[in-house]
Amino acid sequence: MRETEAVGEARRQMEICNACRYCEGYCAVFPAMTLRREFSSGDLSYLANLCHGCKGCYHACQYAPPHAFGVNVPATFSALRQDSYEDYAWPKPMGTVFRRNGSVVALVSILAVVLVTLATMAWRDPAVFWGAHTGPGAFYRVIPWGLMAGIAGASFLFALVAMAIGVVNFWRDTGGGTARPAPLAEGAIDILTLANLSGGGHGCNDLDDRFTGAKRHLHHALFYGFALCFASTSVATVYDHFLGLQAPYAFWSLPVLLGTVGGIGMTVGATGLIWLKIVTDPAPVAKSVLGGEYAMLGLLWLVAVTGLVLLAARHTGAMGLLLVLHLGTVLAFFLLLPYSKMVHGAYRGAALVRNRMEKKRA
Amino acid sequence: MKAMIATDRVYDVLVVGGGNAALSAAITARQAGASVLLLEHAPKHLRGGNSRHTRNLRALHPGPTHVLTDAYLEEEYWDDLLRVTGGHTDEAMARMCIRASEHAPGFLASCGVTFQPSLSGTLSLSRTNAFFLGGGKALVNAMYRTAERLGIEVFYDTEVRSLLLEEGFVRGADITCRGWPLTINAKAVVVSAGGFQANVEWLRETWGDAVDNFQIRGTPYAMGNVLKDLLARGAAPVGDPSQFHAVANDARAPKSDGGLAMRLDCVPFSIVVDRECRRFYDEGEDVWPKRYAIWGRLIAQQPGQIAYAVTDSKAARDFMPSVFPAIRADTVEGLAVAMGLDPTALAARVAEYNAAVRPGTFKGMALDDCRTEGLEPPKTHWARLIDTPPFVGYPMRPGITFTYLGLKVDHQARVQMADGRPSANLFASGEIMAGNILGRGYLAGFGMTIGTVFGRLAGEGAAKYARN
Repeated sequence: MRETEAVGEARRQMEICNACRYCEGYCAVFPAMTLRREFSSGDLSYLANLCHGCKGCYHACQYAPPHAFGVNVPATFSALRQDSYEDYAWPKPMGTVFRRNGSVVALVSILAVVLVTLATMAWRDPAVFWGAHTGPGAFYRVIPWGLMAGIAGASFLFALVAMAIGVVNFWRDTGGGTARPAPLAEGAIDILTLANLSGGGHGCNDLDDRFTGAKRHLHHALFYGFALCFASTSVATVYDHFLGLQAPYAFWSLPVLLGTVGGIGMTVGATGLIWLKIVTDPAPVAKSVLGGEYAMLGLLWLVAVTGLVLLAARHTGAMGLLLVLHLGTVLAFFLLLPYSKMVHGAYRGAALVRNRMEKKRA
Repeated sequence: MKAMIATDRVYDVLVVGGGNAALSAAITARQAGASVLLLEHAPKHLRGGNSRHTRNLRALHPGPTHVLTDAYLEEEYWDDLLRVTGGHTDEAMARMCIRASEHAPGFLASCGVTFQPSLSGTLSLSRTNAFFLGGGKALVNAMYRTAERLGIEVFYDTEVRSLLLEEGFVRGADITCRGWPLTINAKAVVVSAGGFQANVEWLRETWGDAVDNFQIRGTPYAMGNVLKDLLARGAAPVGDPSQFHAVANDARAPKSDGGLAMRLDCVPFSIVVDRECRRFYDEGEDVWPKRYAIWGRLIAQQPGQIAYAVTDSKAARDFMPSVFPAIRADTVEGLAVAMGLDPTALAARVAEYNAAVRPGTFKGMALDDCRTEGLEPPKTHWARLIDTPPFVGYPMRPGITFTYLGLKVDHQARVQMADGRPSANLFASGEIMAGNILGRGYLAGFGMTIGTVFGRLAGEGAAKYARN
């Protein structure tokens, strides 16, 4: 991790926090801080990626602005995380996309949707594109299965490789070492339950100094909604490949049910998280990361909503257009996966595993 | 929040101040059915007085609770208080406060305050003290939220200039609300406006120009104006007007509001010299939790009100880290120069100390057998050779926590008049009356206990008077 402005600011603040320690009950960051006296840039990157942004420490801070010490850990760590995403990105030059991430995510999303739509319209006969299709293989008459699965698979695989390399870069920078099964499992539970978004058991300061569970619950809705959609696609692949059952499936079939519930979860989660960002006290928020966060939440919202609308109107002549819109957003999502806010999950998970390793040693 | 205070109505209870004691009184009075107006001198972001810098409160408990381990009973609590005050206390009132402290955490929890088990860096207080999750500012936030939910009118940036107190009866106050002078009416008044430690001119009366070298650890709003006004209007004083509680603060700390993190814990593992490089007190007299509170006074008594802790790299991890980095140098002489001391004198002092150090087994957390022999003053524990570069130093100044002078009160928190009678409708809670029980010394977390216990008594008494 290079020495950025946010790294220097985080170091200054951690040295104050380490002499105070009032916040040790909120989350894993502060007990991890107390294991250290000096903070290398790698240490700070680790602590920043361990931070879930619950803001409890800001609202409890006797040194928060306008105090001369100006301690604002959530905002500083948020800016530092953004710098760390840039540092660990693969291939290296792609790191710069994190600097104007809102614009990049928005632009790529629009381009992907427009290009998929225009390409399909140019390629397909209007009668096919605007026609109502029913029965097995209806979707594939607009876009053939092989093309759909090929592009999605390739972009998704690339995203996984790029993110894995990023995590390896993070891991080396923050101390390396081999994670044994126990800390791996505990870290996985931490991230799946968002244990650190419980603010020591009382909730987070999502809006102001009140404690609520809103961010945690909305994130669960988005995350598990996404997981259900992923499960839906996986089940559909099994149906298609091994059972010879071609989409579209009936409403009460497993893939459609998983996708519907997941899509609703994602829509609720993304809408709620956007709403939280708009109404929350702006003081502990880093303005520089907001663009990228709004853009990615917007894209996730579009992925979910276009999927649900496609489900509702798949028997009509609008199916062709809705399908390309949905697939365009999904393609954009896969392409942007390693170059957007989405990487936070990978680094957060790795930081939580490291945290569990450290605790065992301490 | 309302735009302005109503001057044409009579509030049941006026609460002066905005820390834990004031909020405890206001919430209790409101829950008893009174209309309550709370006036906080500080702006909103600095609200809460010294409560903002606190972390825990000391509570009696007959058995383990979810935040307190083991048991802490009246006799032990009283013994602890007796020891730190050296008898400068009121036993009946202290025991009443100690017994009531059992219910203080529950009351605060009902006001939205959350507690946590203590983890680290807390001077091992998990048996006796309940810790606020996030510390005092989180407590203050929760209590203001509760106060506003209950319909208590809260005004910030509002200073009470004087109380309309005649013959022991108060009928309102002259105030300045965001710059506007107003007179307000109330049936009963609770004053919880803190000590006068931030009032440099008042301290100067006793301490002369030494006050310019003092630091105020907590709120800069503890000006003592309400205290001074009430004493002038016939309220009876309590506590030594010349004394204050002070700790060894980092000399580089801000003049006020530096809070807890400015204190330095390096003393037991260092030698401490004045600006002439002379030692003046046994740095290793007892474990730090029992000695940290005397070092502010000790430094205040040295020339220039400054002292310097000197140690070496061996000790660097034996105490809590500091906000400002240690001053380091490869030689003792170099350290002296970096701290503005005479290099020859400091080197001679360290050499003299090293020659007196006897071999022993170092134990950072317990009274060990590492001591000096033939040195005056001696260092009786944790005396190790200062010989491993880099050498480490910290400049220290007195950091004042609170003053002892206050208003004399009775067991119902009613303010006593100089003629010996209690006021009918003027009550006090918090630092402004803590001197009744805590005449000297300090017991960690006891200030918040006094504030909560007497805040509740004052709120209850004020509401009862106003509603009759």
